[in-house]
Amino acid sequence: MAPVQAQVLPINPDSGIVPVKVRDGIDLQINGEHYRHTGDPQMPLLWYLRDVLQLTGTKYGDAHGESGADLVLLDGKAVSAITLPVAKLAGRQVTTVEGLAANDGTLHPLQQAFIDEDAIGCGYCTPGWLIAAVDLLRRKRQPSDDDIDQLPNLCRCGCQTRVRRAIKRVAADKAGQP
Amino acid sequence: MSEQRIDDTIRLERRRFLQVLAAGAGVLMIGIRVADAADAPLPPALLGDTFYDLGAYVRIDSDSNVLIGARDPDTGTGVATALPRIIADELDADWNQVSVILLGLGVANDKGQPRWIYGRQIGGTGSSIPAAWGELRQAGALARWLLLQAAARRLGMPANQLRCDAGTVIALDGRRLSYGSLVDDASAIALPDKLPPLKTADRYQLIGKPAGDVDAHGIVTGQAHFALDEQDGEALVAVLAHCPWPDGTLERIDTADTLAVKGVVKVMQLTPEPGQPWGSTVIAPAVAVLAEDTWSALQGRQKLKLEWKPGASGSESSAALEQQAVALLADNTATPTARVRNDGDVDAAGRKAARRLQASYYQPWLAHATAEPMNCLVRLDKDHARAIVPTQAPQKAWAVVQRLTGLAPAQIEIRVPRVGGGYGRRLDHDFVAEAVMLAKAVGKPVRLLWTREEDLGHDYYRSGSVHQFNAIIDRKRRVIGWNQRMASASALAHRGVPDNQLWSSELQADQLPAGLLPNFRSDWYALDSAIPRGPARGMPHLSNAFAVESFIDEIAHLLKENPLDTRLRLLGEARQLPLGSGDTLDVGRLLNVLKLVADRIEWKNWLRSVNGLGIACWHVDGAYVAHAVEAAMQGEKLIIQRVVCAVDVGRVINPLGLEGQVAGATLDALSAALNLAITFKGGQIQQHSYKDYPLASMAQLPDAVEVITVPGDRTPTGASFLAMPTAAPALANAVFRASAVRVRRLPLMKELLRLL
Repeated sequence: MAPVQAQVLPINPDSGIVPVKVRDGIDLQINGEHYRHTGDPQMPLLWYLRDVLQLTGTKYGDAHGESGADLVLLDGKAVSAITLPVAKLAGRQVTTVEGLAANDGTLHPLQQAFIDEDAIGCGYCTPGWLIAAVDLLRRKRQPSDDDIDQLPNLCRCGCQTRVRRAIKRVAADKAGQP
Repeated sequence: MSEQRIDDTIRLERRRFLQVLAAGAGVLMIGIRVADAADAPLPPALLGDTFYDLGAYVRIDSDSNVLIGARDPDTGTGVATALPRIIADELDADWNQVSVILLGLGVANDKGQPRWIYGRQIGGTGSSIPAAWGELRQAGALARWLLLQAAARRLGMPANQLRCDAGTVIALDGRRLSYGSLVDDASAIALPDKLPPLKTADRYQLIGKPAGDVDAHGIVTGQAHFALDEQDGEALVAVLAHCPWPDGTLERIDTADTLAVKGVVKVMQLTPEPGQPWGSTVIAPAVAVLAEDTWSALQGRQKLKLEWKPGASGSESSAALEQQAVALLADNTATPTARVRNDGDVDAAGRKAARRLQASYYQPWLAHATAEPMNCLVRLDKDHARAIVPTQAPQKAWAVVQRLTGLAPAQIEIRVPRVGGGYGRRLDHDFVAEAVMLAKAVGKPVRLLWTREEDLGHDYYRSGSVHQFNAIIDRKRRVIGWNQRMASASALAHRGVPDNQLWSSELQADQLPAGLLPNFRSDWYALDSAIPRGPARGMPHLSNAFAVESFIDEIAHLLKENPLDTRLRLLGEARQLPLGSGDTLDVGRLLNVLKLVADRIEWKNWLRSVNGLGIACWHVDGAYVAHAVEAAMQGEKLIIQRVVCAVDVGRVINPLGLEGQVAGATLDALSAALNLAITFKGGQIQQHSYKDYPLASMAQLPDAVEVITVPGDRTPTGASFLAMPTAAPALANAVFRASAVRVRRLPLMKELLRLL
């Protein structure tokens, strides 16, 4: 059976436009890179990141996103990657912990503050805290203790007091800036 | 490679030798190995090209870069930072030129038996720093000595006119030689007859100074790998459905829907090996779904149709077990399983009692809930096995792989990347057995992943316990007798430990107030259960400190006394008390930490403060800890306003790391005390998600933990769980002042709301 061809209309050869067939799949934009996912559209973003892209900074904590270890930024907002099917990501921008630093390696101020405050226990949940904190500082430049209390992350090592200091350190550095 | 010289050794202590492992090729390497005096040195064939294979702790390259191996797994305890800094300080290395390598298991073949070429390798048990202090410093000192000798020859002056500083040898006349320029010469120098002397404390450059976690950059950028982040292109992903009962059986299985899931390759059954102790084999019968990727495996698992049949444990419940404990302790004639301590004559003292106080404390079962769930990546080849394991005890992981593969010692490679929390769970290796069994059966590499549901529902839990205390008080308001009885299910049961030692995981003979009172008796009563138990962070101090330090507050209340004064009276003069372990209890150091937290929290306000103030102190393996907590009730909401913790660990290796451990352990203990309990009904664990097992949220926890570190020059102790035991009793004592409710049952919030 001959494949069904889309009808290609003649184009002025000087225009430089080349006809491209529409492909199946979902366009994804992760840390500024474009990908097309043609597998199961219900695959949660977490497993797409970890198994397909081998971006393993985003962690598995539990099936419901209750631990916060699986947080990513979706159009700048912290969301759980394990409850987010890839199907919902068309046209959206995803940033993972790997995408927080600048391309030249300059760390995000929160990454630097986590290092400076040693806000790390075993480190497994740290990427999730960073994503949640980036989102918080986007919403509130000068978060109160009550605002910080709302972070959804869990940590058994007890990094919470040091994470709080790291967030406040960045907020203090930003105070007075336009 | 030019010449290789590996035959030089110096005796370090019995069966341990310092050794120059390889020389030439612009590298100096120093290691410690365990060996017999008559034993042949490590054969050159074992010296591969990579650092991993070398059993070295220190490697100095000709460009002066220094690689230092961290032998003990870092589960978040900071040993991967602290241990290399101990070596680097002795070496006078420039910390900026040091790279740390997490050493995997070091194992060599010794006539078919394993020889552990790095000596001990165990993390998260509070013993890494004391052990390192004893022997790792020698590796740094030897490397430094060799470099000094090389420099002396090069410069034509005696070594005593040279000093080392930040990776450079400096002569009295100002000439300088970098370590890198000396490594070729240094590795040709014969080892000294005696161990080179260690530095004196006044010359420490790194020890006692704060240092951030060596893995911090990798962690905040998402580049650091945990075992679950390691890749093996060919590996199948395996997820499990364990039987709800450890002694249950699979009645019926329908895999049709599972196998129809795209990507699912195989469904297999796992069963515990008979005769193997807890922690060495599959924890409960299980069905494994193997797939090409995690998502397929998880979907396949969800579509499994399984019917499990309970075994004898199917009628067990945590509530019934507690009732059994209560009944045991209510019977004053019941013979204890172990009489752990019996000083003086408690019964005779009782006849002189002016007043008595009895109280009982009830503590729940707890899970480990490590952030990184159990997982293992295994590749089995004909003559080689590689397991990437999040473990606290790589030698035990090795033993499981060896038993299941039959390979020779050095054919088994155990890699240990950074570990996402341990808390004792990873001293057991049931999950390694599962991964190896699956890889063997399927003939492909396997990545095993436990879901959170499996992790919470199938653990080696900490047993619940009941403590019953009787205090005997004379006319002069002195506590003259203390009779304590504890019932719990031992973590050492089903592990080949003799019955008369089962108590030792549950309590200590020397724990407070033992040694302070003329008449003191401590009895332990064994409960049993099919629900698996194992080591847990802070055990056995956690449950005992809560009960003891709450009871001391109750004694103070009975005597209408300030509870700090009661404690000071009980502790008495600063003095050394011998402990059964051969150590001594330094009462002065205990008094000191107690007074430090009291001062900081302004204990003088104890009586008048609207907020509740609570205090507690304890000693753990030669270290001392006290907590003071300020708390208030806002309606039914408990606000923890301030937490102060003072610790005396002897010499502090890394103050920043210590502060992190102390603050972290405090929050961990508060989280458990406030919220956490594992329960079982019909033999089944009732908690399956963080909703059921709610680690404390940021809002529930204090905004800060004020850590006071007592400076000291004594041999350093471990601190990974030092700050666990006193946090909960200090909180409960503060809650009593804030609410007039005495909480004798954990978790605290549930009980407090019931009693308010």
